[in-house]
Amino acid sequence: MKNKGHCEDLLASLSDYVDGTLDGQLCEALEQHLQSCHNCTVVVNTLRRTVELYQQEEPDAMPEAVHQRLLHRLQLDDFLHEG
Amino acid sequence: MNEAPLSLEALRAGDRAEFARMVAQYSPQVYRLGLKITADEQDAEDVLQETFVRAMKALPGFEGRSSLATWLFRIATNEALMVLRRKKPQVTLVEETGDADEEEGVPHPQQIVDWCCLPEAEMLSSETKAEMDRAAAGLSPALRSVFVLRDLQGLSVRETAEVLGVAEAVVKTRLVRARLKLREALSAYFGERMQKVSADEE
Ligand SMILES: [Zn+2]
Repeated sequence: MKNKGHCEDLLASLSDYVDGTLDGQLCEALEQHLQSCHNCTVVVNTLRRTVELYQQEEPDAMPEAVHQRLLHRLQLDDFLHEG
Repeated sequence: MNEAPLSLEALRAGDRAEFARMVAQYSPQVYRLGLKITADEQDAEDVLQETFVRAMKALPGFEGRSSLATWLFRIATNEALMVLRRKKPQVTLVEETGDADEEEGVPHPQQIVDWCCLPEAEMLSSETKAEMDRAAAGLSPALRSVFVLRDLQGLSVRETAEVLGVAEAVVKTRLVRARLKLREALSAYFGERMQKVSADEE
């Protein structure tokens, strides 16, 4: 890590960078830094992968019993098997 | 599915069938939100029920300034944070300032290991999923609620800010902290897995 101060400054913009919403100048500066900084490149790659893994996670299905008890609590039992 | 858009007018007038359609449409997302913020199935069910009970009572006065989804998520997030607070009274609500995480600054990366090349099967295993849940449950409530709304529920930064009643800049700061912390946790876990995979190959 050659330039620790610079790496620290860039950390706050990494989230926007992986979302593709980092504005032009900062984005350019970051990409230039990444070409010469192995550590930051690893951080960016693994951060992007981390976010992807969570975003693509299969949602846990709501158990049928939970759904039934919800409708019962709302006194909507008559709508149980509609919709 | 429920093709026709929900009628706000019918919902406000207390139409039961329309309310049932709203429940069918949003209950899976509300349940997941509660589950991810509280990390407990019983708490998630309580959050789910309280959210719709409250919504039913509050609908006649709902002005529609935010979307129905945003409004429901706001009720659900507040419920979930209240549940956490009841369990751990020292936990501060997300609206309050002075959360320890705010003072800390952005965490400096410790784990520098490139695990992106691990086989897909490794990333999608049930063990990995359990580790991901553990890592998310380890975030403070303030960071976790931002992360759950943005990355798990797929809301935009603006929508997340609206649900939580905080500025977009606050959402962005919490989001980068949350994501970097999760990256740390997953890097530690996958780093070990990589050593194991290469040891198995020998
Ligand atoms: Zn760097």
